[in-house]
This record gives sequence, C-alpha cells and structure tokens, in this order.
Amino acid sequence: MEKRVRRRYAAERRFRLLGLLAIGLSVAFLAFLLINMAAKGLGGFTQTEAKLTIDFPRSDIILDPATLKGPEAKRAVASADLEGSLNASALRQYGADASDLFGPAAARQLGRDLISDPSLLSRRADLWLPVASAYDVAAKDQGSAKAEQVIAAIGAKGALQRGFNADFLVASDATDSGVVGVWGALKGSFLTILVTILLAFPVGVLAAVYLEEFAPRNRWTDLIEVSINNLAAVPSIIFGLLGLAVFLNFMHLPRSAPLVGGLTLALMTMPVIVIAGRNAIKSVPPSIRDAALGVGASKMQVVFHHVLPLALPGILTGTIIGMARALGETAPLLMIGMRAFIANPPQGIADPATVLPVQIFLWSDEVGRGFVEKTSAAIIVLLVFMLLMNGIAIYLRNRFERRW
Amino acid sequence: MNEIPTPILADIDEPPADVNRAPKMSARDVSVFYGDKQALKDVSIDIRDDRVTAFIGPSGCGKSTFLRCLNRMNDTIPSARVTGDISLDGQDIYHSNMDVVQLRARVGMVFQKPNPFPKSIYDNVAYGPKIHGLATSKTEMDGIVEKSLKRAGLWDEVKDRLSESGTALSGGQQQRLCIARAIAVDPEVILMDEPCSALDPIATAKIEELIHELRGRYAIAIVTHNMQQAARVSQRTAFFHLGEMVEYGKTSEIFTNPRERRTQDYITGRYG
Repeated sequence: MEKRVRRRYAAERRFRLLGLLAIGLSVAFLAFLLINMAAKGLGGFTQTEAKLTIDFPRSDIILDPATLKGPEAKRAVASADLEGSLNASALRQYGADASDLFGPAAARQLGRDLISDPSLLSRRADLWLPVASAYDVAAKDQGSAKAEQVIAAIGAKGALQRGFNADFLVASDATDSGVVGVWGALKGSFLTILVTILLAFPVGVLAAVYLEEFAPRNRWTDLIEVSINNLAAVPSIIFGLLGLAVFLNFMHLPRSAPLVGGLTLALMTMPVIVIAGRNAIKSVPPSIRDAALGVGASKMQVVFHHVLPLALPGILTGTIIGMARALGETAPLLMIGMRAFIANPPQGIADPATVLPVQIFLWSDEVGRGFVEKTSAAIIVLLVFMLLMNGIAIYLRNRFERRW
Repeated sequence: MNEIPTPILADIDEPPADVNRAPKMSARDVSVFYGDKQALKDVSIDIRDDRVTAFIGPSGCGKSTFLRCLNRMNDTIPSARVTGDISLDGQDIYHSNMDVVQLRARVGMVFQKPNPFPKSIYDNVAYGPKIHGLATSKTEMDGIVEKSLKRAGLWDEVKDRLSESGTALSGGQQQRLCIARAIAVDPEVILMDEPCSALDPIATAKIEELIHELRGRYAIAIVTHNMQQAARVSQRTAFFHLGEMVEYGKTSEIFTNPRERRTQDYITGRYG
C-alpha cells in the first residue's frame, strides 16, 4: 500500500518535471530568438553619421536658392549632383580613401537640409550626414579593412556619431541598403490584412453560425464540414496558386496588389475562423438557448442576442490565430506577384505593393552586407506589428468577456 | 424522498371552479416519438387556468417530454415527432398557422436548472417584453420589470442592484428571476420543469409559496420528482409511467386513494 502511494507520488513528480522542462525549453528558444534578433537587428535602426564642413559658396554645388521653394524644390535638389559634391568635400577633408564616404542617404539628407534652410547656400556650415552603407557597416565592426581605417581616422577626429535611423521607418525599398526602409512593406501588410479581415471575419462567422445553428444535419452538411476541415490543412502555397488562377488569370485583378493578396489570404484564413467559430458556438450552454426560446425569442434573435455575444471571445481567439498566420504568410503572396521590387508605398488596395514577410525574404537574398542588419530590423518591425495586432485583438476579447 | 419543513399548508381543496369554462389547454391522444422510439403514448389531459396541475412519475416516464410539447420546445430536437392534438383556447398549437414565437410568449417556461442570461437582472426581465415590443418607453419597461420581480417575490432582494449580473444571484434567487422573466411577457400558461430540483429546501419553499401566489393568475403545469411537492402545490395530479399517463385526478385523491396499483406503488416508494 505504502509502496503504491510512493510510486504515485514519484509519477506525479516526474510528470511535473517534464512539464517544467517543456516550458523551460520553449522559453529558452524564444529568448534565443529574441536576443539574436535584437542583437542583429537593433543596428538596423541606427545610422553612423560623419561631420562634414562645407563652404557652400566656394563648393561646386550650384543651386539657385529661389528654386528651393515650392513644389519644384525636390526636383531641383535631385538634379544637382549632391552625392558627388559631398564626396569631393569628404576627399578634401578626410583624404583620398574617403572619396566614397557618402552615398544616396547623405545626398537625401543634404537635400532636405537645403530645402528647409536655403540660406545654407550662402555660408559655411558643419553638417552631420549619414555615411554610405559600406562605412556604416565598418563602424559597426564588420566592414572591409579600408573602410574600417577611414572610419577609425574620422572617429579619431571626433567627427563620428551614431544616430537613430528614422528613415528606416518612413522609406521604402531601394537598391542601396543605406536608404531602404520598411514603410512601403508595412503599409502593404496593413492594407492586405485589412482586406483579409474584412472578408474572412464576417463570412467565416456567418458560415459558422449557419452551419451550427440553422443548417439541417444531413449528408451535404457533413460533406461541407469535412471539406472545411480539410481546407484548413491545405498548404498555403496551394492557396497562392488558387489566387493566381482565379483572381489574376480569370478575374484579371491587378497584379501584386494588396486586394489580391488579401483575397488569397482570406481564402486561407476563413476555414480557421469557421472551425473556431463553430467550436465557440457549440460551447454556448444549451440552457441559454432554451431560456431565450422559452420567452418567445425567434431563432435569429436567440442567435444574435445570446449565442453570438457569448461565443464572440472564442471566435476572436480563432480569428487572432488565423490573422497572425496570414500576417506572417509569404508563400501564397509570392505566387500572386507580391515579390516585385516596389519603391513607392501603395496608395490604395489596387496599387502594387509588397508585404513585410516578403520584404524580409527579398532582403535576405541581397548580397550587400548592409542588408543583413536591415533584414533583422525588418523582422523586429514585423514582430512588433504582430504583437500590436494581437494585443488589440486580445484587448477586444477581454472587453467582450467582461461585458457578458 | 426528502422531508421539507414547509411553511405552507397543503392547499388540497379545490378552489371554486367555474366548470362551464373551457380549459386553457387541452391535449388529446398526444404521442411523441424520438426517432423510432415512442416516448409518450396517447396522453389526454386538460390544464385549467384556475389551478395547478402537477405531473409526477419516475425518471424517463415522459412527463418532461409532455410538458415541452405544450409550448413546442420539442421543435428544437430534430428527431422528435408529435402526434395528436394540443390546443390553447381551442386553437391547435401544432397547426401551420400557429406562430411558435407567439405561442411561447403565451405559454412561458421555467427550466430545471436556473438559466438566467449572463446579463443584468434588469435586462433579464426586460428581454422578453423588449423583443415582443410590450413597452413603448423606459418608464413603462421599468414598471413591467418591477411588477414582474414583485410577483416573483424577488423585488425586495434585488431592487438596489438591478444592474448587477443575474448569474451572481444565489440558485433560488436565480430561479425566481427566471420565473420573473417568464411572467414579464404576461403569459397565460406557465410550464415549470422540475423548478426546484437544483435548489435547497429553503429556496424550494420560497418557490412553492410563489406558485401558490401565482395560481389563479396563470394556468400552471409543474413537473416534479418530489411527491410531497406535488401534494403541496397542486390541485390536480397526473401520474406518468413508461410514457403512459396512468392516472389523473384530484391531488388529494391520487395521494390518499389511488385507483391504480402502479400509482400506489410509486407513491408509497416501492419504485421510482
């Protein structure tokens, strides 16, 4: 007897230990992922800047201050070879090795400075400008020997600083890793997920309500149930092919647009919402239905006044899972052409766009070393976006749970 | 069987009934099938609005099934099939022109387990009148809620916390809230399906007292496992066994002088 009790205790201890081990393992993996991402990616949010003294009246920058006002200013700045002038100054100031110290990012910065303050053109000024990608990498201890030498020399003069790279959040894709940003992909992701949720949520919930509350139980509904369960398990790339065939080849919707991406992801997410919704509706106690029917509520009143509000938290949980999956999905979007190089953020759901996971995929393929940290930084942005979305959904769910 | 110390004296005596008045509900040869299985065989009974009718019998005898036929709650069970005639004020309730929503507003129901909506006490009572459009203004609705809660004997206990959740009440209070909810739509008949089976003796006594007070205002049919309860609250009792109605008569006669052997065996506790 005592032996059996001891054995029982030992088994319980073992089981608890295994559970702890499992949790510890998953926490360790998560911590590893987060630390790794942060270590690699945080550099993507900073930018090395070098001080450059330019005597504008004596430099080779020829710009009429009058053209720097009004809508034509940007074009005027773009037509002047600012990058070349900057590097000529850099050569004078920091030696021949520094003749490619500045890239398009510095030219963009100088252009903005000039537009905001045209009086610069008539005087000598000290400017902090972002260095080109190769030197930025070198400043973060991973560049070529030559670049590291130049950076060390500039650093010795105290003309080097590290600033927050705000452009990374507001710029879009580019060929130079110094000027790329995630805004275009972020906006594309937002528009795509908007289309997805607007389609998948109402259709999925209504399908779940109909199947669970109104549909008769017969061979057809059984068939539909099996089909929906199978659909939830179909690999996402198949949905991409479906989207390609139906939305692009048959319906001729615009290629690589958030509209098509959203439609495709909605197809993928809907089964998940239907299944979660049916389970949530099923778990509403039948006594509530009886109570409502007993005071003379119609079938529809029972569903919309009582069953659906009680099932909503469960439905939202399923929707969160489906949406998180859709947000991180890459494969089906590649099939419908969202892997194109898009330098301008989309203005609407019919404009060409890319999404964050695809952007990450594209950048991870680039050869430039500057893209390594940009890729990690984009991953951080994606994770933050996902956390934000889930946070909102969980907040909504808890609010509905409290109300009922 | 439990012996409940009840404050109520058994009201066995029949109130002066108007025998010429037609019964509120009458059932003729009602049978119910669940798929192939017959759950109820040819039950005929009248339910009058001036007295309480109790259905007693062992588990699975069909008494709840019969009760649920009276407001067509069996419609929600896809395999259930009802034959025979049930009429409310002479109108066939299974006729195609009978609107089941209207029927359930006229024939209210209280269930075995207290099942208040997970909403405020006020909203629980106001829900029925709201969907049937019985109140045109907030004050009118307040009046209906107050009147219903008073009739259900719950007003004094909850009047200061009407906005609290109905599920936060005690079991007995929840059941009285359900009764208030049922009478808020001003039904003609109230069906009670073992309303006290989930309650303690004191809460049970309160519900029984309430049934006494509601008698005469509504036709009441009550299903109960508890024979003492049937004896205390009803004037007519029907004994069901294996899907048949074995005996129907004055409660006093059923309990003191049953005609059928099976009734006597059940009442004396030989089975059940």
